[in-house]
Amino acid sequence: MQKMLSHGAVAENNWTVLQTPGETLPQGNILVPLKYWLEHGAELDQQAGLVGVWLESDEEVETLVDDLAQLPVVALNFPKFVDGRGFSSARLLRDRYDYQGEIRAIGNVIQDQLFMLQRCGFSQFCLADDVDLEAAVKSLTDFSDGYQTGADQAQPLFKRLR
Amino acid sequence: MYIYDQYDQKLVDERVEQYRDQTKRYLDGKISEEEFLPLRLQNGLYVQRLAPMLRVAVPYGLMSSTQVRKMAEISRKFDKGYVHFTTRQNIQLNWPRLAEVPDILAELASVQMHAIQTSGNCIRNTTTDQFAGVAADEIEDPRPWCEIIRQWSTIHPEFAFLPRKFKIAVCGSEEDRAAFLLHDIGIQLVKNEAGETGFHVHVGGGLGRTPVIASSIKPFLPKQHLLTYLDAVLRVYNRYGNRNNKYKARIKILVKAWTPAVFAERVEVEWAQILARDVDGAAQLTASEIERVKTFFPLPDYQTVDETAMNAALQAQANDSLAFSRWLERNVRDQKQAGYSSVTLSLKPAGVAPGDVTDRQLESIANLADQFSNGELRTTHNQNIVIADVIKSQLFEFWQLAKADGLATPTIGTINDMICCPGGDYCSLANAKSIPVAEAIQRRFEDLDYVYDLGDLELNISGCMNACGHHHIGHIGILGVDKKGQEWYQIQLGGSANKNAALAKVLGPSLSRDDVVDGIEKLLDVYVENRLEGEAFLATYQRIGTDKFKERVYAKDA
Ligand code: HEM
Ligand code: SF4
Repeated sequence: MQKMLSHGAVAENNWTVLQTPGETLPQGNILVPLKYWLEHGAELDQQAGLVGVWLESDEEVETLVDDLAQLPVVALNFPKFVDGRGFSSARLLRDRYDYQGEIRAIGNVIQDQLFMLQRCGFSQFCLADDVDLEAAVKSLTDFSDGYQTGADQAQPLFKRLR
Repeated sequence: MYIYDQYDQKLVDERVEQYRDQTKRYLDGKISEEEFLPLRLQNGLYVQRLAPMLRVAVPYGLMSSTQVRKMAEISRKFDKGYVHFTTRQNIQLNWPRLAEVPDILAELASVQMHAIQTSGNCIRNTTTDQFAGVAADEIEDPRPWCEIIRQWSTIHPEFAFLPRKFKIAVCGSEEDRAAFLLHDIGIQLVKNEAGETGFHVHVGGGLGRTPVIASSIKPFLPKQHLLTYLDAVLRVYNRYGNRNNKYKARIKILVKAWTPAVFAERVEVEWAQILARDVDGAAQLTASEIERVKTFFPLPDYQTVDETAMNAALQAQANDSLAFSRWLERNVRDQKQAGYSSVTLSLKPAGVAPGDVTDRQLESIANLADQFSNGELRTTHNQNIVIADVIKSQLFEFWQLAKADGLATPTIGTINDMICCPGGDYCSLANAKSIPVAEAIQRRFEDLDYVYDLGDLELNISGCMNACGHHHIGHIGILGVDKKGQEWYQIQLGGSANKNAALAKVLGPSLSRDDVVDGIEKLLDVYVENRLEGEAFLATYQRIGTDKFKERVYAKDA
């Protein structure tokens, strides 16, 4: 079973990310592409496992606003780790649309981004197979605080501590 | 200047440890080259032609003498005993060793310095006027605002992986000495009719391959909204900036593509939504935080002086020494406080790469700041150093000491005070060398009487179209180009970085290295022949146009 980080700890990842869902969908929990969800979302009721949606970095979370309440997971894909659009998408999901489910980073994210991703509202991270997950957990606390507001912090540092 | 509290210090210390671990993992082969690249860039380290370079942040150009001494020590211990002052008011080490960079960063942190976000596709060091706080034409001291922006931008969780680098400048005065219209965001301090401070926000300026002057998108932003509005601009850019082509990735391209009006509207919508969700204005700046930061930039206790007597004494000293009088004329500026001056230390003696200083000179600079000012100094985007608040009665002594250390070249604002990028001597992107051209020009125009007669003249040199040497905004710009493997130089005229910012226009076909200094001399001849009484080069050019300059430079020798 693949591993991921979830809420600051190593966890099992029992989800399948579907790139191009075919006629028959696999058993278990699945993440479907946004386009597929918009076309076939209603038909996925019969699915035994849980269903979440994944977005490409250039897809807007605004498209999904009406469906958020029924989605346990929204995954944001990083085609390259330097493509920082997902950081903003996560903040919008949390800050603007009050999304309460899991926001999962998939694709190419690296250990050294975890602190910031978490501040933007990501709760789960799928990292490459060769990543030392214990070290990655530590990176979530590379910094003890931040100056700015974030999904984790409505007040900037100066308001809380100064 | 701003003094770190426990939170500021902790963040910088934690950053050093994070980078120490990243460097170790890289050296152990656990991080790929590709992954390490943005990590080291965001800690100031980039690898160039000959060696890695480390760019150290000098937030809005302000440094203490303690910090300057630390730089001297670092340059001895980890480098070759000299440093380079850049056009973005930062300091660069040219020969650090990659494995030792974490130790250098730890040394920096011990004096409240860092190299965070000095490179890479993130929000860079915020810059401002070198005469902030003492300029006679100032609306308000921009430095507290720069510090507030520094903190907001440092390790911003959302904006560390932007489409491209992002530079912010703040201008607090009538005249612009920060080139703020050539930044991704240019913020101008303004007052509304009620006398309240606010910000006139401009976006989409920049140099590089596609030079653009920034467009106004918000004429008056109330001060408490500074950070929420910046968040909105950056978010729109982060989401919609071009990520496929790095030459089209700067915010200026997005602003152009959408038009400034549409861009402004998109920001307005984003900002309104941020505010709508910001319960009780939690994210807004508070009066107490603004006051807290402002207290770090107090005015010194100025003595009340008999300025007339002081000026008379100064005049007498100047009459006795031509060299001193020249220095007074070019390198010393009156302040709004009677009896005090701001002195510019020149980092442009002929024969030295513009902006380079040795460890010994750094220590002399620190001593001057301690002895004659409040222990602070300012770096300038013209690659010089300013020491403010020098009482006029001590200028002569100041000059003697500065001169002994090679810091009193009396050419500020003249052709010999050129801005110059590292060019082909150091930079792997260069088309041509730039430092030897700067030197050849300084050597040609050694006659100071002639240089003074030419008056105010900005000459800027870049070794390629990335424009690190600001050639687009020089009254005379020189751009290195590659022609079949040979170094050639394109001449541009009429650029300007002040409030009426203008981009220079290409004069004609580029010149060979052998011809470029002759070409410059011909331009100057045309100016001298055509100028009106008291008219500076730029004004003459604007009045008579390019034709006469062109004819002379490209005339076939009879
Ligand atoms: C030697 C190594 C250097 C390299 C490889 C380098 C590379 C670049 C590149 C590629 C750009 C264009 C970026 C863009 O338009 O998006 C640029 C712009 C710039 N660089 Fe450098 N640079 C170097 C050194 C310096 C130094 C030493 C300075 C200061 C003296 C400097 C100051 C600037 C400035 C002011 C810009 C213009 C920013 C703008 O477009 O608004 N660079 N540099
Ligand atoms: S302008 Fe070109 S040659 Fe000069 S430092 Fe920048 S990239 Fe290098």
